[in-house]
Amino acid sequence: MTVLPYADALAAYDPVLGLEVHVELNTTSKMFCGCSTAFGAEPNTQVCPVCLGLPGSLPAVNAKAVESAIRIGLALNCTIAEWCRFARKNYFYPDMPKNYQISQYDEPIAYDGWTEVVLDGEIYRIGIERAHMEEDTGKSLHVGGATGRIHGADYSLLDYNRSGVPLIEIVTKPVEGTGAKAPEVARAYVTMLRDLLRTLGVSDVRMEQGSLRCDANVSLRPVGRSTFGTRTETKNVNSLRSVERAVRYEITRQAAILASGGRVTQETRHWHEDSGITTPGRNKETAEDYRYFPEPDLVPIAPSREWVEELHATLPEPPTARLKRVRAEWGFSELEMRDVVSAGAVNAIEATVAAGATPQSARKWWLTEIARHANEEGVDLEAVGVTPQQVAEIQALVENGTINDKLARQVFEGVIAGEGSPAEVVTARKLAIVSDEGALAAAVNEAINANPDIVDKIKSGKVQATGALIGSVMKQMRGQADAARVREMILEKIG
Amino acid sequence: MTLAEAPNAETIRQTAVDLATKIKSGELSAVEVTRSHLDRIAEVDGEIHAFLYVDGERALASAARVDAKIAAGEPVGPLAGVPLALKDILTYTGAPTTCGSKILEGWLPPYDATVTRRLLDHDMVILGKTNLDEFAMGSSTENSAYGPTRNPWDTSRIPGGSGGGSAAAVAAFEAPLAIGTDTGGSIRQPAAVTGTVGVKPTYGGSSRYGLVALASSLDQPGPCARSVLDAALLHQVIAGHDPCDSTSIDQPVPDVVTAARSADVSRMKIGVVTELGGEGYAPGVEQRFNEAVELLASLGAEIIEVSCPHFVYALPTYYLILPAECSSNLAKFDAMRFGLRVGDDGFASAEQVMAATREAGFGAEVKRRIIIGTYALSSGYYEAYYGQAQKVRTLISRDFDQAFSQADVLVSPSTPITAFKIGEKVDDPLAMYRNDLCTIPSNLAGNASASFPVGLAPEDGLPVGFQVMAPPLADDRLYRVGGALEAALHSAWNGPLLDRLPDPGALR
Amino acid sequence: MALTAEDVANLARLARIELSEAELEVLAPQLDVILESVARVSDVAAQDIPPTSHALPLTNVFREDELRASLSREQVLAGAPAAEQMRFRVPKILGEEA
Ligand SMILES: [Mg+2]
Ligand SMILES: [Zn+2]
Repeated sequence: MTVLPYADALAAYDPVLGLEVHVELNTTSKMFCGCSTAFGAEPNTQVCPVCLGLPGSLPAVNAKAVESAIRIGLALNCTIAEWCRFARKNYFYPDMPKNYQISQYDEPIAYDGWTEVVLDGEIYRIGIERAHMEEDTGKSLHVGGATGRIHGADYSLLDYNRSGVPLIEIVTKPVEGTGAKAPEVARAYVTMLRDLLRTLGVSDVRMEQGSLRCDANVSLRPVGRSTFGTRTETKNVNSLRSVERAVRYEITRQAAILASGGRVTQETRHWHEDSGITTPGRNKETAEDYRYFPEPDLVPIAPSREWVEELHATLPEPPTARLKRVRAEWGFSELEMRDVVSAGAVNAIEATVAAGATPQSARKWWLTEIARHANEEGVDLEAVGVTPQQVAEIQALVENGTINDKLARQVFEGVIAGEGSPAEVVTARKLAIVSDEGALAAAVNEAINANPDIVDKIKSGKVQATGALIGSVMKQMRGQADAARVREMILEKIG
Repeated sequence: MTLAEAPNAETIRQTAVDLATKIKSGELSAVEVTRSHLDRIAEVDGEIHAFLYVDGERALASAARVDAKIAAGEPVGPLAGVPLALKDILTYTGAPTTCGSKILEGWLPPYDATVTRRLLDHDMVILGKTNLDEFAMGSSTENSAYGPTRNPWDTSRIPGGSGGGSAAAVAAFEAPLAIGTDTGGSIRQPAAVTGTVGVKPTYGGSSRYGLVALASSLDQPGPCARSVLDAALLHQVIAGHDPCDSTSIDQPVPDVVTAARSADVSRMKIGVVTELGGEGYAPGVEQRFNEAVELLASLGAEIIEVSCPHFVYALPTYYLILPAECSSNLAKFDAMRFGLRVGDDGFASAEQVMAATREAGFGAEVKRRIIIGTYALSSGYYEAYYGQAQKVRTLISRDFDQAFSQADVLVSPSTPITAFKIGEKVDDPLAMYRNDLCTIPSNLAGNASASFPVGLAPEDGLPVGFQVMAPPLADDRLYRVGGALEAALHSAWNGPLLDRLPDPGALR
Repeated sequence: MALTAEDVANLARLARIELSEAELEVLAPQLDVILESVARVSDVAAQDIPPTSHALPLTNVFREDELRASLSREQVLAGAPAAEQMRFRVPKILGEEA
């Protein structure tokens, strides 16, 4: 697949984005039945006649899911419909038990809103087309074939535990005017949405578990043109990083086609995390006709003004206002805050600070040690495997002198490797700083005796040579010593 | 031989209310009553074929439990120990639910329909599951994949449909009561052609949970019986709000039992619907209908004529809405999770297996309706078909509103003609559809409606049904009219119409 | 409007029914007649008539967000045409991914 270098693509073409985000709500029970939504259960243990689509079963709407949908709509500055309905979206697919999805069609519960994302200090306003309610599908496991993928599989195995989990689909209006920043704006938008949804408390927003999923629509038009080009819809974009990479890839791929005089095919494409490319989905020659019609098993929803007002009062502060506030509270510089936002670490830092760490130490760990792991594994910060609580604990261990920054990195390794809590890792790996003065004194003596030349240098006034002796002591102590105390002892001894 | 001379005649000819009284007093045991009906089924159902599944052992066991409860002085339901038949489109754990289709052959549902649950909670005894047109699509029960049911009045004729099994079981004294479901007349039309009582409650009056959906916005379970009071008692047992059905009405059930007992039509205004009569109606049907109207007048009702001009569009409207909804409702029959699977040779794709299974598992009428519905919902046609049909529904409802502002109830023949010969209309879908001409408007508007027997047509000696339609939630008015008709006719006839039934037991 | 055998074949594909040639031949004219007879609804109701879907205009029918017992795994898989590893086994799926 030929692609155009990104700079060349952007010189000739103006990208337009459209983002569709599916959010699984964290309600106790499913959208239309009383089965649990808990993640990770044994296959087919959270299903009933309703979510299994058995003949005769009927859906019943979860009030909490509607409430969450309205709160999401309000948080995205949408109009809340005075009257709306569910509709059936008909198509056959084995992971969808009824062979129709209960969704909303031309009557979404929330529509015509907007939100803002901050990128490199600049504010981008994103229009929200709609936010509507629907239900999730089951999950298939493909058996046989070379890769375990759907293509080439011999057969598939279906687990319907996710079937019927409430989903909110949030669709943006076309996002224009982002230029070369399009991939980053896409990522910043999904990050903002994730943080907002978490603050609303309506979803676990764990992309790696599929509770937040993004489909990215990308089209290009020649610079200066106002009509939209043909778009593609890239599915399966399952991390914040991938959102940015997938959009960037599509821009370069479509640019190559357009630059060579070709035409972009309107199609669904699939993002491949490993190879970093998109490939076409099923041939849309036999385009699905979803035959939408109002769901006759359910009655309309007409949220009262009072209810909507009541829910409005429960909203957290808007994201941009929040960023302004936390920057002031944390005392971060403009630049520091920018890095924090683009790393998607605002919520993590907030939670770490809440757990007792200072803002600067929280920022340090999330943007260095944890970010490094996230990058190496190609996952988002949250998926690295350290909780804000644990970060605060590690920082507390540093501050009370149990470990130092260098040892703290090993504690992170241990926690990420699943060796237990920070304290457990310190014990198991024997990382605590040695505060036994006798052992320390012995090591200092040995260092002094082994390096007479250095001792002479220090005595002659070259105090900076102390570093070499400190290094020797630290080596003997396997790093588990307080460097400041070691320096003190050396200077005392040499006097 | 007439029925009166049949074995078990004494027990099986009784009304449900009499059986319940005797079971409660100990004069009869529920086990005896159940056994008598099981014997009757064994005796005549080879000919009638009302049942797809007879649940004899379990019926006897639950009858025994009811007897024990009564002996222990525990409180029991008003129809405790009375056996009944369940249309095989409602789920009942432990018994197969086939919907009259090959695609569900042998399927054992893991849950009970709300109606089933209520029957069991009220100590009623389920004898088995009755035959129906496949997925309730039809007016003759000929569309059952398991063979047609025969009309006890003349076994060469249809018992109506889709609930032909339930109506025939009741008419042939195989069960004193049965449950039917009515989407376009599937309770009332079989009741009419078998000389029995059938009631479609107000839409939302009884729960659809566990009723395998044909057309969600039209389906409604209801009682089938031989007497008006029996129907009312069964109505009372099964009706009421169900949180599992979002379209169910959260209001008290109209007092249908008191209404049936009062049987009082004096000063009632009864509207005869102009559009439901005339050309296409059998002379015997019109004659018996007119006589019944006169009878009601003689009982003190005021008769007026009302016009419902949009009723003529009811049939085409129905045949857009129903297929549209059923094309979607029946999509779940796809060979993936339950039921028949055809063509899974290890090479075929899921898509191919679905298509092969649906081809093999569905009968011709089901395929016809699914394809019509797929067409009516497809992009570019939706507005002209389904969208328009929903608007015509409004016009039909307005006709009803207008008519009910003049009359307390509306009346018409239940069907244009009496029971026709098996096989006569199978290849002519439109002729078949016309059987539901009179019953469909009430499904579209959702109001309550019933059919009561008013005699035999002189030309063929077959039963004629009299339809009564009441406003939504005024189901009790049906029973007042039905009760009044029944009382007057029984005294004129010296007994119920079914006394004149040639005993199918004699056919063997 | 005249529904052709090819139209019917397309609809059957959409509805996942593998109709035989012979069936198509019989069905097309039957469906055509039915459609012709129902087509007249399209000019009955004026633009401003609201649609009706149910007898009583109910709204806001909700259930509380509470757990109810799920089926046992035996019950879930009892009716499955094929099962493996506690899951429903189905033929290969012609998926989105190519
Ligand atoms: Mg969607
Ligand atoms: Zn469930």
